Amino acid sequence: MARVGVFVCFCGANIADYVDVPQVVEEVKRIKEVKFATEYKYMCSDPGQGMIRDAIIQYKLTSIVVAACSPRMHEKTFRKALSDAGMNPYLLEVANIREHSSWVHQKDKKAATNKAMDLCRMAVAKSIANEQLHEISVPVTKRALVIGGGIAGIQAALDIADARIPVVLVERSPSIGGKMAQLDETFPTLDCAQCILTPKMVDVASHPYIELIPYSEVIELQGFVGNYKVKIKKKASYVNFKTCTGCGACWQKCPVKVANEYNMGIDKRKAIYTPFPQAVPNKPVIDAEHCTMLLKGKCGICAKVCDKGSIDYTMQDEIIEREIGAVVVATGYDMWDPTPYEEYGVGRFKDIITSLEFERMVSANGPTNGVPVRPSDGKVPKNVVFIKCVGSRDEAKGIEYCSKICCMYTTKHTILLHHKVHDSHAYVFYMDIRAAGKGYEEFVKKAQVDTGTTYLRGRVSKIYKKGDKLMVRGEDAQIGQVVEVEADLVVLATAVSAPKDNPNLARLLGISYDKYGYLSEAHPKLRPVETAKAGIFLAGCTQAPKDIPETVSQASACAAKVCGLFAGDTMKKDPMVSSINNEYCSGCQNCLNACPYGAIVTEDVAIGHGSKDLRTVAKINEGVCQGCGSCVAICRSTAITLAGFTDSQIINEIVSI
Amino acid sequence: MEAEVKDQLVSIEKPELIAPPNWEPVIMGILCNWCSYAGSDLTGTSRIQYPPNIRIIRVPCSSRVDPWFLIKSLQTTADGVLVSGCHPGDCHYISGNYFARRRFLVTKKLLNFVGFHENRIQFSWVSAAEGPKFAKVVNKVTEDIKKLGPLHLYKKENFEK
Repeated sequence: MARVGVFVCFCGANIADYVDVPQVVEEVKRIKEVKFATEYKYMCSDPGQGMIRDAIIQYKLTSIVVAACSPRMHEKTFRKALSDAGMNPYLLEVANIREHSSWVHQKDKKAATNKAMDLCRMAVAKSIANEQLHEISVPVTKRALVIGGGIAGIQAALDIADARIPVVLVERSPSIGGKMAQLDETFPTLDCAQCILTPKMVDVASHPYIELIPYSEVIELQGFVGNYKVKIKKKASYVNFKTCTGCGACWQKCPVKVANEYNMGIDKRKAIYTPFPQAVPNKPVIDAEHCTMLLKGKCGICAKVCDKGSIDYTMQDEIIEREIGAVVVATGYDMWDPTPYEEYGVGRFKDIITSLEFERMVSANGPTNGVPVRPSDGKVPKNVVFIKCVGSRDEAKGIEYCSKICCMYTTKHTILLHHKVHDSHAYVFYMDIRAAGKGYEEFVKKAQVDTGTTYLRGRVSKIYKKGDKLMVRGEDAQIGQVVEVEADLVVLATAVSAPKDNPNLARLLGISYDKYGYLSEAHPKLRPVETAKAGIFLAGCTQAPKDIPETVSQASACAAKVCGLFAGDTMKKDPMVSSINNEYCSGCQNCLNACPYGAIVTEDVAIGHGSKDLRTVAKINEGVCQGCGSCVAICRSTAITLAGFTDSQIINEIVSI
Repeated sequence: MEAEVKDQLVSIEKPELIAPPNWEPVIMGILCNWCSYAGSDLTGTSRIQYPPNIRIIRVPCSSRVDPWFLIKSLQTTADGVLVSGCHPGDCHYISGNYFARRRFLVTKKLLNFVGFHENRIQFSWVSAAEGPKFAKVVNKVTEDIKKLGPLHLYKKENFEK
């Protein structure tokens, strides 16, 4: 017969003020299986745990009920107390009388006490059916997958690889580098982005522990922490990277011109191209959407000029499979499309550009050789108006959050403008200047003095054309007047938005995302790099807008998490998994379809003892099983049980009150 | 057709059985560990008050909930059942709540056919961040069940009468 010990916690005043704890103890003592019941101020404290340990030994208890806070809070603590007393930790049940009773029925002590009693009865009834369980040990594949080759992905990959753990880095575009490779200089130090980024890109390509797979996408992820299997679609590049030397003869001769994504469409690239001169890997790919040879079968110039014969028009997409143990997601961000700002004339006026377009223009390797020009007539602008918070902090346009980086990059842009066009003047329309960061406020203050920029606090209401100039009408809230500024060029500090593909990626990986499309962390404060799915981590703007220093920190944090995960050869796994009783299994295989992890397979077993005839039954791989119990409920012959949540445990709970 | 069948059915619900004074219903709440249970914890941490009629059972996933649990609850201890899981698309176990959703639809129809009022069994999706929503759901379910009155047709004392 079961011998249950019940320990009811006061939780200081948290429970005791709203639940009559001594009465609960008296009540549970009346249950015949309960051989010991007591109360204490803080069960989770060391003396509280000591009471549990002592009672287990003294009263020869076979299962323990702790009536305290949520099991999500202290289940682990109390399980450890059981282990310390030499008892199987899974013989514990927690009755949640704080979150589910004292805190939510504060106005009715009697009802709260009654409910607490019921919750205790349920826990006692369940604990009677508890069985001894043992942690499962599963092997770990010590290889990490990093999705995205921007600065976040690069940093995470390098840090993990430096710990001598193999990394697979998957990048969608032909080169790693991401958004940072498009930047000219970076705030607040005005370091040249290329100068600090490209050495890291080269490190990635040459690192013995990094396998770089560019121009490819993750299409499937199966398995569980420590034992994932990933499928990567490597898009056909039509160039044999093994023989290509990157000489550039092909793209120099290619006759097809396409808008250049790297330069925000300001100039043209060819149909066979490398995204930018410092690309890693520095091998061209053929853009299948524009290449006339691939579309119409006419041309073939690149193949003719290639000495090495590296061009292969018959190349097909390739599926690569890798076994990995952890995933770092670093898919970055998109620049928000400002088209909804019709009052600004976005799309109608050529001389309104976005901040990233401006960034490319002032960049030394940009399409205009580092000099900003007006897209309409190619003249160098003198008066430039910068408008901040375009999209950000604007509920009407769909983004309620602050994009965090625009205040700083606009300040940087005023400096760059001043450097490139000495007699220019910048105007900045702003809502607030948010310069929280090391050296940021100083940077803004210095820029204001050095460049003589006019800061106007207020929103722009309208932009209209007057001759070849743009008239920017807005409010200067500090003088309470409407102001108009004559501008040669208007630069919109467009918001940072989540990558459009994030929801798809999240579904594919089995993680969640928020209403904007940013991937969700497990806890906003205390677990900011983990996701709710074990072994998947987030780095950079894919989680929320952030600047480069923060992105790099988060990427390194991910690397630390991955290294921690891989520290041992095996991983301990929760024993609350399903198992099948062969005797009862009818072999209907409904459970195979219900299992979201593919943990169930079929096997042939002898019909009876010593028989040669076989029948098919289901079999669960406990290493893969995550313990959802979907198979248990679908099994029509009740052959499957889920340890920790068996039918008898749950039915016991139901009938006990 | 369906309406005709319904008319012929003898309902298990007996409105003539008047609830005794001070009667309080018992509601069995079966919540998934990752979303709704965490959500109900948040309701507690936020000190949002709700009626004390619900008794909560934790399961890993709403897909673990066997229709048997619902029937057994109504048969023995509860006047109503609430099952709550993650929002569709947000299941911690990828697709468990879709199985649950389909299963509950059928279970509800079956119990309805047998004669239980459809409000005896309710389903909801509450995420780990929706503490106030959980309180709202419990308020609604409790109100609904109170309106329906006690369920004791199958209970032992009822047969003895």
